[in-house]
Amino acid sequence: MSEHASSPEITFAHPPAEGTKRIWRVFWLLCVVTVIELGIGLAIYNIHKGADPNHTLVLMFKGMVCILSLAKAYYIVSVFMHLGDEIRNFIMTIVVPLCLFLWFIGAFLWDGDSWKKLRNTNAGRHPAKTEQHHQPAVDKDAKK
Amino acid sequence: MSTTAIPTNTKWWNGGRSPFNASYGKVMMLYFLMSDAFTFGAFLISYGTIRFSVNSWADPNQVFNSFPGFGHQNLPLAFVSLMTFILIFSSVTMVLAVHEGHKMNRKGVEKYMILTILGGLAFLGCQAWEWTHLLTGEHIAMLNDGSLSVVPTTVKMNPWGTHVPHEAIAAALQSTPHDKLAEIAATLQHGGAAHDLAAKSSAELISAIQASPDLHVNHTGPIAFGGYFFGITGFHGFHVFSGVVINVVMWAKTRLGHFDERGHYEMIEKAGLYWHFVDLVWVFVFLCFYLI
Repeated sequence: MSEHASSPEITFAHPPAEGTKRIWRVFWLLCVVTVIELGIGLAIYNIHKGADPNHTLVLMFKGMVCILSLAKAYYIVSVFMHLGDEIRNFIMTIVVPLCLFLWFIGAFLWDGDSWKKLRNTNAGRHPAKTEQHHQPAVDKDAKK
Repeated sequence: MSTTAIPTNTKWWNGGRSPFNASYGKVMMLYFLMSDAFTFGAFLISYGTIRFSVNSWADPNQVFNSFPGFGHQNLPLAFVSLMTFILIFSSVTMVLAVHEGHKMNRKGVEKYMILTILGGLAFLGCQAWEWTHLLTGEHIAMLNDGSLSVVPTTVKMNPWGTHVPHEAIAAALQSTPHDKLAEIAATLQHGGAAHDLAAKSSAELISAIQASPDLHVNHTGPIAFGGYFFGITGFHGFHVFSGVVINVVMWAKTRLGHFDERGHYEMIEKAGLYWHFVDLVWVFVFLCFYLI
């Protein structure tokens, strides 16, 4: 905010960034990461087209795009939203509550998976069938 | 609105001074966005829970494989990557507008705000096309009663279930009523003369349908797909729309010289925070709906 401190409650202001180099660097970085993600997406597409898709490989690729997306999110928030330039305590008041997502994602995906198991085993009465293809069970879901 | 003659002991935020050395507006905008992140997060996690709980889910490469002007060519991920790049680019023009604001360069802010608004409108246009394409799409699906029908992707219909093998299609065609057979034949011809088809007998239609190389039939999939897709991309699109409205207001205020009078361009920064958040959410919508 430099000499134009936006309000008097701010006692210290960062000198403004001189150039736009950093912005453009992050722009290209985001573009490159997106292109990599698209490449992985197409790789998953081609694996699925094959006769016997390798599920471990697909899962690995999916994990990789998740990590790349988190990297993109970090750069958007830190550089474009300038959160990285704020006082550390302020950053923490935002980042620490977001840690709730760790539990949120884990618990609910686990729950979804548990529902699938219950559905496929008729609540434990049948032995589990791992993958059901061309089964009318799918239609039962559709009616829900 | 000038900042002159403020007594040194003014109680900012009633606590003596801004605890984070940032203005109230910016801090609260970031807190609002954090709460909005939880809203989007909850939607996406709920989508994930349902997706984990069923045995099959629509393959995004199959659902989103069209590009305007390319007819029925199979182009997975192409259109949505265009949308992603549009949004990244409009995020950059926004951050450049903020940068010009720091330098008190009104012309520069105006220019970059216009570019950002155009980017937002382009994204909304893309989304409108995509929705229209899905809602008016014609896909041959096997319904729960075992007959075939031509259906679009809506919140009540998901034609993207598991693949129906060829033998099963033959059996299903026998239990499909005549008007549906004519519709399926017309879809496979990509339009064609519906009247001529309706005049044909069921047996003729069935052999014509089975001879078509484009005949792909899926079961109907979990109905939740359409609801989650239209609900979440719609909620995101609504954010983009309100972001465009905010940006237009900011552009108008810049042009009228309001921020020059005020002595700073902090409002552009706050609008920018919202706009970047829209881009941030798209990263995860893109991930959850199109990539994995």
